[in-house]
Amino acid sequence: MNPMQQTRREFLTTSAGGLGGMAVTAILAGDGFGGATTPLRVAGQVLNPLAARDAHFAPKAKSCIFFFMAGAPSQFDLFDYKPELNKLHGQKMPQSLTKGVRFAFLQKDTATLMGSPRTFRQHGDSGMWFSDALPNIATCADDICMIKSMHTEQFNHHPGQLFMQCGQARFGLPSMGSWISYGLGTENENMPSYVVLTSGRGSSGGATLWANGFLSSVHAGVLLRNDGPPILNLDNPPGIPTSLQRKTLDALAEINRKRYEQIHDREIDSRISNYELAFRMQAAAPELTDLSCETAETLNTYGIHRHDFKAGKDRSGSGNQFRSFATNCLLARRLVERGVRFVSIIFASWDHHSGLDEGIRYNATMADQPIAALVKDLKQRGLLEETLVVWASEFGRTPLGENRVGYDAVTGRDHHPNAFTVFMAGGGSKGGTIYGETDEIGWNPVGDPVHVNDFQATLLHLFGLDHRKLTHRHQGVDHRLTNITRQSHVIPAMLAGDSNPSLPLGPA
Amino acid sequence: MSWQNEIAQSRCVLICALALSSIGTFRGTHAATSAEHPVGAGVDEACEIDAPIDFQRDIRPILEKCSTCHGGVKKTAGLSVVSRKLLLDDTDSGKPCVIPGDAAGSELIRRVSSDDADERMPPDEPLSQIEVQLLRRWIDAGASWPEHWAYRALARKTLPSGTTNPIDYFVLKRLSQAGIWPSTRADRPTLIRRLSLDLTGLLPSTREVGVFVGDRSATAYDDLVNRLLASEHYGERWARHWLDEARYADSEGYEKDPIKNDAYLFRDWVIHAINDDMPFDNFTRKQIAGDLLPNRTNDDLVATKLHLQAQFNLEGGVDSEEDRTKRVIDRTNMVGTVWLATTIGCCQCHDHPYDPISQGDYYAFYAFFNNLDLAADFLENPPDDAGGRRQKRMEKWNEIVDMSRRQVTDKNLNFELQEKLNDLRRFDNDLGFTRYLVERTVDRRKTYVFRRGNFLRPLLDEGEVSPVAPRLWPSMKPASDEASRLDLANWLTAEAAPIVARVRVNRVWMHLFGKPLAVQTIDFGSRGDMPSHPELLDWLADWFIHDAGWSRKELIRLIVSSETYCQSSDTRPDIAQIDADNQLLWRQNRHRVEAEILRDIALDVSGLLCRKVRGRSVRPPIPAHVAQQSFVSNPGPPISKGKDRYRRGLYTLCRRTAIDPNLLTFDCPDASVAAPRRQRSNNALQALATLQNEVFLEAAQGFAKRLVGLDVDLDRTDQHRLGLAIQMALSRNPEPFEISTLADLLTDSRSFYQSHSEEAVRLVGAHRAEGVDPAENASWVVVARAILNLDEFITRQ
Repeated sequence: MNPMQQTRREFLTTSAGGLGGMAVTAILAGDGFGGATTPLRVAGQVLNPLAARDAHFAPKAKSCIFFFMAGAPSQFDLFDYKPELNKLHGQKMPQSLTKGVRFAFLQKDTATLMGSPRTFRQHGDSGMWFSDALPNIATCADDICMIKSMHTEQFNHHPGQLFMQCGQARFGLPSMGSWISYGLGTENENMPSYVVLTSGRGSSGGATLWANGFLSSVHAGVLLRNDGPPILNLDNPPGIPTSLQRKTLDALAEINRKRYEQIHDREIDSRISNYELAFRMQAAAPELTDLSCETAETLNTYGIHRHDFKAGKDRSGSGNQFRSFATNCLLARRLVERGVRFVSIIFASWDHHSGLDEGIRYNATMADQPIAALVKDLKQRGLLEETLVVWASEFGRTPLGENRVGYDAVTGRDHHPNAFTVFMAGGGSKGGTIYGETDEIGWNPVGDPVHVNDFQATLLHLFGLDHRKLTHRHQGVDHRLTNITRQSHVIPAMLAGDSNPSLPLGPA
Repeated sequence: MSWQNEIAQSRCVLICALALSSIGTFRGTHAATSAEHPVGAGVDEACEIDAPIDFQRDIRPILEKCSTCHGGVKKTAGLSVVSRKLLLDDTDSGKPCVIPGDAAGSELIRRVSSDDADERMPPDEPLSQIEVQLLRRWIDAGASWPEHWAYRALARKTLPSGTTNPIDYFVLKRLSQAGIWPSTRADRPTLIRRLSLDLTGLLPSTREVGVFVGDRSATAYDDLVNRLLASEHYGERWARHWLDEARYADSEGYEKDPIKNDAYLFRDWVIHAINDDMPFDNFTRKQIAGDLLPNRTNDDLVATKLHLQAQFNLEGGVDSEEDRTKRVIDRTNMVGTVWLATTIGCCQCHDHPYDPISQGDYYAFYAFFNNLDLAADFLENPPDDAGGRRQKRMEKWNEIVDMSRRQVTDKNLNFELQEKLNDLRRFDNDLGFTRYLVERTVDRRKTYVFRRGNFLRPLLDEGEVSPVAPRLWPSMKPASDEASRLDLANWLTAEAAPIVARVRVNRVWMHLFGKPLAVQTIDFGSRGDMPSHPELLDWLADWFIHDAGWSRKELIRLIVSSETYCQSSDTRPDIAQIDADNQLLWRQNRHRVEAEILRDIALDVSGLLCRKVRGRSVRPPIPAHVAQQSFVSNPGPPISKGKDRYRRGLYTLCRRTAIDPNLLTFDCPDASVAAPRRQRSNNALQALATLQNEVFLEAAQGFAKRLVGLDVDLDRTDQHRLGLAIQMALSRNPEPFEISTLADLLTDSRSFYQSHSEEAVRLVGAHRAEGVDPAENASWVVVARAILNLDEFITRQ
């Protein structure tokens, strides 16, 4: 479209938004213009930055539900079965392995290996191991792609969390959900594209884990509450009925539109649209969180009405954990059903330096039933194919027991970045896959190590996004989720079905 | 003063903007030109055989395509394209890939034009024929590589005699080349509102608007500028811009994120320095090295709190030495961003991918900040037992120094050391010490390059690194053998002054136009785009140093006195098609005000704003669950009461993990890194905030209370009151349709509240007007709320 061939009248029609504006968006998006990197522009003006856009290639996943198990759950008590570690329980580790290794709290000269008291069993066609702490998730084994050889570069919580969410342990970068929102926009015009749900006390990373960094703030994660109004400022002020809210917006739109006609600033037009979106969100968000239309069976399957059981040391804070976590799982399904692109569910209390056994029992009991219910529910509704479910943490825990100075007994594990377990289900990931393995005591990966950036590249790939092309220029550098100074790889073995061989899988 | 004068000066002939079909071509894309290239650069010229090659425009974008594999990070086959020297160096083959003057004999040309897919570079997407041709011509002409525009010495052009304002001269020259008329001067109500917002962040009162509009004297505008620059609120407004760069916060950061009781002293220092118009060179010296100044004052020590904005991680398992090195890195990067507009953070791990800054250069810069130590004292009003407390602190500090030394090799001490640091932090904080930074004099730390940025892997074999500025920039003349932080501070505004002044002028310009002259205010590195008006930028930078003596008030006065600044911000659709981003400055820009200012003007018009200047941070209400998103579910200090509830936005407590959502929603930076430029987003969550949030609701209640209490013309009460409301909020006279639209809303509201008196009482809240029927009062709250949500109210035009 050559702007010079456009008449003034046409220009005004298209820039006045409404149908004209939307048509232009659609034309450009369908024209490959929406190739994820260029904000859509007409005569230099940015159109709705959240409009749905085409991916770089055909995507498998349309939405993501990302369980961020902050604090770092022990892989040895959930996924990574190590009979040899049990045998070596109480023995010291060979110095060759701990030489030069850093720990947060552990005294490595005196630390000893710690087996897991849990019983493990294999599940599904692939014989995937799960401990008895996750009996329900275990039944989803055939849909799960489990990665046992994840490793990270960080071993403190906040830096590790930034690394997993933003690709580098630095502040000021966009999180994964923001990148995907930036790349693909959203398919629900009544809701933000990236939604965050939390249970219990906050994660140590706080809002930096769903930050938009240098991307537009429309791509920031929006934190929903799971009781009361789900979005900040959603309720009308006391004493303002919906009818007067509507009339107020009509008056605003009328005066704003006149202003637009006088001075032609498209920001005014965006503002009018945003006030309308705000009004629609006011209506849509309560519907979203209204679970009364869900069947009793669904609510039971997710375990919405379960009560917390009393754990010796409650690290969670509210005493209403089980209900809150299960509600978040169900909300996540309702969000992706409505076209929300990325849902983060953050649960922060896995940092079991002590009281591991009881802590795992509590957290796993809380998480297991609703997550399994979610995966099955998505599958039954035909949504699992296009919804990627992820379980991940910032790092794992040591096979050594934590003998911190001042601890009477060794009842926990320290931070362990060398090897830990994460899993995916649905969204084009390859179910029934066990990727990578660790040595006999789970210290290091022995095959197919997966770096956090490789995992991120693979995740973007499932969304049809080439991690090398999904970039944003900031401070003179074309930034991307996967650190530009590292060669990151998409891992084909994690992709379901006939992955197109021409797709870019290699190093960059 | 008007455009006419400047137009007469300009020798270029203006042609009518509407007849500009030829200009359209520069919006077309060209293989060798990025879409962000400044408007008007003659893209097509480059294709013509005779047009001279412009390295920045024509060649650099092509070389950038090579730099992923042949840059500072990876030098595949021994080739790096980040500087002329490296490009001409021998590669692994033993031969250089470019021979100046001999394109045909240069390996580069052979490889980019090869038909053999295995040989051709780049492997994925071959260069276009035009690009190859540009490279050939460039090499044949000698492969010249001019010094990067941002780092060159300042070139001050002589202006034609009779030039009134040099800004207008340069802007008009550029406009006339493009054949575009400037916009008309904005009307007086717009000008006073614009100036008040830009200089003080507050609205002019209706009386002030009236006086200015009626002032027929020749100096009316200058008088207004002088009055606003003299206002204490000027310091608040411009301090906030600086605090963005300084990454100011009231908390330490990371998961525990405890509050720092003395943090506000730095903010107070900045406000005072700016109101006092402290020259920018002095301002620089005190913050970078106030502790090293001869005859230093207590205020100079407070200024070093700039460095204390780096975050402390008080997690138990953290290696305190690693955390310290992170802070040193943070300070190094901050100085790069704030003063030199160059991103150097990447060099902590490897050589710069695009610019000639090596990892060694980086650590030499880092070395300036590697011997900072935390100090604390009672700088004002010491308590009675100050001596005892100081003694106690000294003991604690000595233990920490001793343990830190042992911890470097014995990591078993981590936990204990962290506990001690935490304890010291609490001690300082609770006992009312003021913290600052000083240079370590004994037992100084040595600086080494860290392999891949890992503090546990210093490259001892390469030897100790001495502090020196990266070779990319002008060299430094230290006062003694080893350069100090004070030498660095002096260097910034002496040898490096051309860069530092360009950066500062560019950012001041940005705050007065909404956009910088060089599009990338943050990065002047080689990938930073060329400024739209390079001659103007250089002229202003030179003037700022030599004529204004680094005075920011003088710089601001010069800019706001230009006709360029005073133009109307209205868009002209015909010109917008040519230069949509207004790079040529054919109008002023129009933008939403910043997060804090939004709060300030809403409270201002409501009569609730507390105008107290400086002082401790305050805590307006924030939702409980936001406070709890902080890791330690500690809501922080209690909600402020009385007038403190209504202080200006810049005094709102900034706790890094639980920042007031009203600020974040409107793009206030999160104090994690230096943030020279804010985003300006426009989204639905913002609409929800200004419509529903407690602060804005209170503002509407207060505004309504003011309105119903006004003396008005009894015959046309509503219309008169609505007109005054528009005047108070928008600083201009109402238009009839605005009155009628709002009057309809008022009528609808009355009919609702007259039959719902309980709802009326709820809406009026705590700001009820005495002696007024709640239904009437509430109806005015509805109208006031609508006005506070008008696009024009939240916009600086």
